[in-house]
Amino acid sequence: MKPPPFRYSRPESITEALALLDDEAKVLAGGQSLVPLLNFRLAAPEHLVDINRLTALSYVDTANGAVRVGALARHADLLANDAAAAAQPLLRQALRWVAHPAIRNRGTTVGSLVHADPAGEMPAVIALLGGTVHVASTAGERSIPAGDFFLGPLESAVQPDELAVEAEFPVLPRSGTGTGFAEISRRRGDYAICGVAALAWLAADGRIGGASAAYLSMGPVPVVVDLTEAVAGTAAEAATFPAAADLARDRLNPQPDIHATASYRRHLAGVLTERALLTAVARAREARDA
Amino acid sequence: MTAYQDANGEELHEVRLTVNGAARTARVPARRLLSDCLRHDLRLTGTHVGCEHGVCGACTVLLDGAPVRSCLLLAVSVDGTDITTVEGLADPDGTLSPVQQAFAECHGLQCGYCTPGFLTTITAGLAVTPDPDDEQARDMIGGNLCRCTGYQNILAAVHRAAEITRERAADAGGRS
Repeated sequence: MKPPPFRYSRPESITEALALLDDEAKVLAGGQSLVPLLNFRLAAPEHLVDINRLTALSYVDTANGAVRVGALARHADLLANDAAAAAQPLLRQALRWVAHPAIRNRGTTVGSLVHADPAGEMPAVIALLGGTVHVASTAGERSIPAGDFFLGPLESAVQPDELAVEAEFPVLPRSGTGTGFAEISRRRGDYAICGVAALAWLAADGRIGGASAAYLSMGPVPVVVDLTEAVAGTAAEAATFPAAADLARDRLNPQPDIHATASYRRHLAGVLTERALLTAVARAREARDA
Repeated sequence: MTAYQDANGEELHEVRLTVNGAARTARVPARRLLSDCLRHDLRLTGTHVGCEHGVCGACTVLLDGAPVRSCLLLAVSVDGTDITTVEGLADPDGTLSPVQQAFAECHGLQCGYCTPGFLTTITAGLAVTPDPDDEQARDMIGGNLCRCTGYQNILAAVHRAAEITRERAADAGGRS
């Protein structure tokens, strides 16, 4: 279908954009989630504020201990950024799973966070890493920790008069920490039936010190599970992590839909937890030995 | 962004695009999708509209050289950009592009509805990955649906297109 009529503004500066945002306005960045909603007429904003001219927000910056992603940086920009991949490998590991290349060329990483789709990869990534989303309005700026950012399916903490200007992803600590990502979808690039982002670290004795994981498509918001009790003290060379898989299955309460039953989703969560952990621990060993 | 109105009182915006190398302008409502702007306003009906929500890939065009879904872009939002549609792939003298030639040789199409999206996607894909292995070729077309071919001939066409590109480059090199 076609989008319903709306008023359209294309501000040339952030100040101008903020002045336009109110209860009737919706921000258009990449539009790869918003335009389908418009085409389906599931969304009918009165006023669309197109920020594609705010090229000052196209940056990916890896200075000062974080990967900072501006509101207009496309998924493809972040995926191609070697400095960002070196500073926080989970970004590239997960971005490879974000939709198809043609979608990543236009869709923005900050936009996918604000869209807050529980099937989205990047919400799980920022939730796992404990990142921050910086937002601005005419009243000033505020920073929202990832743990407070996702309120429900397609609902983030960004208010109608606010513009999310930057996502801040913490970098990986230098030694003995690694990340992994695993996902199952019906077709590569489609919405995940289940996906897992994992973070693991080694203890001083060379064994696994702890791990945590964030799950997509397994709840109304990204679900972070501390897996430490299931993996601490395990040999870093372990090929399977059955206790972590059991813990994940126990903690998660997925819903069934047209693509998968709840029990199949829970089964996948266990399998994918082990796969993501295997990668994360291997990367942690490489980081330690480097 | 000069203000005009259509017969229903909807505001119209002037959009300037470079399409297949030619400067084009259209006056469209803000809600006009790029796919519809190309087809209805600019009469370039080579770009096909399948699902209109970003799943099928039939409407894929190149925006400043990179593949995008034209059904997920507002024409007004891409004002000032350079667009390549399927009509812009062949040489001006009608010589098929390597990807088009490969589709013809490998029987990479039957009904042809999805073909424009495949051609643009693979054209851009080979520019980045000129010699794809089988997995890279599958990845390249993973975002495009085809209900006729079963994909195997399209995969063969990806490899053949890479080959034709090399052959033509070698020919050009030999002549100079």
